[in-house]
Amino acid sequence: MAITGETTIHLNNVSVYYSNKLAVKDVTLPIRKQKITAFIGPSGCGKSTVLRCLNRMNDLVQGARVDGEIIYRDQNLYARNVDPVEVRRRIGMVFQKPNPFPKSIYDNVAYGPRLLGVTRKNQLDEIVERSLRGAALWDEVAGDLKKSGLALSGGQQQRLCIARSIAVEPDVILMDEPCSALDPIATQRIEQLMREELKDYTIVIVTHNMQQAQRASDYTAFYSIRKEAESGGVERRWGVLVEFAETEKLFNSPESGETADYIAGRFG
Amino acid sequence: MSAAESPKKDAFKERLVQRQARGRLWSRLFFASNAFALLTLILLALTIINGAFGYVAVQFRVDPDTLSDRPLETLSEAELGDVLVANAAGRMRVIIRDNFSQVPNDVFTTTPLPAALNVFIPTAWQTLTINELNEEQLLSIITNNLSQEQMYDVVLNNIVQPNVVASWQFFYSLFNRAAIEAEMASEYPAAELIFRSWVTPRFISSPLATEAADTGLRTALLGTLWVIAICVLFSFPLGVGAAIYLEEYADDSFINRLIETNIRNLAGVPSIIYGLLGLTVFVRFLVTITSGQFVGVQSDTGRTILSAGLTLGLLILPVIIINAQEAIRAVPYSIREASYGLGATKWQTTWRQVLPAALPGILTGFILALSRAIGETAPLIVIGGASFISFDPSGPFSRFTVVPLQIYNWTKVPDIEFRNVAAAAIIVLMSLLLIMNSAAIILRNRFSKKLAG
Ligand SMILES: Nc1ncnc2c1ncn2[C@@H]1O[C@H](COP(=O)(O)OP(=O)(O)OP(=O)(O)O)[C@@H](O)[C@H]1O
Ligand SMILES: [Mg+2]
Repeated sequence: MAITGETTIHLNNVSVYYSNKLAVKDVTLPIRKQKITAFIGPSGCGKSTVLRCLNRMNDLVQGARVDGEIIYRDQNLYARNVDPVEVRRRIGMVFQKPNPFPKSIYDNVAYGPRLLGVTRKNQLDEIVERSLRGAALWDEVAGDLKKSGLALSGGQQQRLCIARSIAVEPDVILMDEPCSALDPIATQRIEQLMREELKDYTIVIVTHNMQQAQRASDYTAFYSIRKEAESGGVERRWGVLVEFAETEKLFNSPESGETADYIAGRFG
Repeated sequence: MSAAESPKKDAFKERLVQRQARGRLWSRLFFASNAFALLTLILLALTIINGAFGYVAVQFRVDPDTLSDRPLETLSEAELGDVLVANAAGRMRVIIRDNFSQVPNDVFTTTPLPAALNVFIPTAWQTLTINELNEEQLLSIITNNLSQEQMYDVVLNNIVQPNVVASWQFFYSLFNRAAIEAEMASEYPAAELIFRSWVTPRFISSPLATEAADTGLRTALLGTLWVIAICVLFSFPLGVGAAIYLEEYADDSFINRLIETNIRNLAGVPSIIYGLLGLTVFVRFLVTITSGQFVGVQSDTGRTILSAGLTLGLLILPVIIINAQEAIRAVPYSIREASYGLGATKWQTTWRQVLPAALPGILTGFILALSRAIGETAPLIVIGGASFISFDPSGPFSRFTVVPLQIYNWTKVPDIEFRNVAAAAIIVLMSLLLIMNSAAIILRNRFSKKLAG
């Protein structure tokens, strides 16, 4: 894979197990700095699993185990002396279903900075405005920051979640199917946001939407499922990374036949 | 439609009718169970009302109408003083002693006034004793130091001396007026028939007395408030803390599952057993603490408000924990995930997201549990809630009685009037519960609204 550019995160032979059951095997992958990387692949191939390893969200799952290395700023995220709380502050996350806190818009955005100990009102005000502008939501909610975050539309809620995550000024934003619960217009809004306001962030996005991957991302990683019959008719399945390339190359001239089949809609 | 299809259609229609009929039957059954519950509630309310209101026959030693041409309660202090001098001049020393004495009765008449009384004494009388004052001077001590209301009570108790000689229940009073009047005429010709509500502000604010007409709930009510305060302080933090630990921190180990199962079982243990536990642990074993010796209180009994509050706290702890656990579990996982995703620690997530979101549920469960504690009698009998206490509790190390205990004691008194008193006390207790429950609902709605926007 002849890919140039600065790397923010490097995955080295990463395998993930849930209760000793292999879920994803041997993923090696660079995440490019200030670029958008898309994860695509059939359901259950481990896209979310890999994504959630990048900020150690999988630590919250009982019985989850990660082998291999995930290098971020010359540091293995899974080294013993690394605090997942610190990792998650630098590598933020936006989830599939918009999940604003049951609090006001202002408190939603101010939550992260407050966790870090920011208490001065004018400083918080400034962060809230900057973050909401950064998530292209400011103009819609500026007059009513006291309104509950849950009172917004789905698309607005998702942008609120993005504003919330950039309020702590992370390096990387992980997005797990951020548009799957949104209509096409709200989706377009988020894609535009990623290309414009968020262009200085390193973004990793999981998507089932081939057009979205093509439109929005610079690099694409295609995952697939490997199966193996076990004794007693049980099937063992795990995910693998099949191909990683610049998005344009992956979609126009994929190296692997499996990739070609998938993007042509022939399976998955 | 072809001919082959129609029998099938009919079968469907027939089954549909049957299905709908079954649904209607069930909905009627459910309605019936609700109606039954409502009926029980109404019956309960009627029984209480029946006891708490009704005609009483009051016999006066002196008819109040002969004392003044206006109703007594509207007279001024001076006018009441005149009534006192005119009708009970000889009792004024006793009245002064009962209200202001601070020395033993046997030396009261020989002690100089400033030492004998706890009120202001003019300089001219500094060396005199009570027996050396004239009528006018005695009266001035009374009128100067008692309010109009107290004066009225003094006149009532010393001159009028009303005495309830018979009482009738509410519905009997309502429908059998003639029979009551006949009974009055033959049995108590001198008595006056008055419609009486046994629940009055006076009933709530008076201490315990031996006469049904004079007795009050203040001592027991204060006891209940004290006990509940201790119970809240003890059980809320402990219960919620335990629930947080079990839901957010404890892993799925054998020990933790054992603890949870035990808590669930403890919720079903009869309350009398908690009384025995409280007796052994708080009253006996921890007597130095529960009697207040450790802070220098001169007492050697552990049968105190503190023991009672802690025992009731233990009693409702399992229910609080279970309810709080449910409330915490009901907080969507996505909120926790979002919080962690922003770099919150476990404690920050719990404290800033999970608890506020769970608080309405926790509070509802807690207040329900507390309502149960307020009504508990059995464990407090074991702890030794005293049956006859006429002094108000002064703190956590006081002996005590509580409202349900007082109700229980009143129902045991052979005097039939005390049943009316018990009914009145039940109304007060129920009102207290109602107030608490409404407070809980208001609190919950306010929190929920804040959360949902
Ligand atoms: N919390 C978990 N506990 C146990 N197994 C899990 C857990 N999360 C995921 N898995 C398993 O790991 C594998 C990969 O799941 P993952 O959610 O990463 O797939 P995905 O590619 O994101 O799928 P989708 O496109 O449907 O979201 C699946 O076989 C799944 O069953
Ligand atoms: Mg997924």
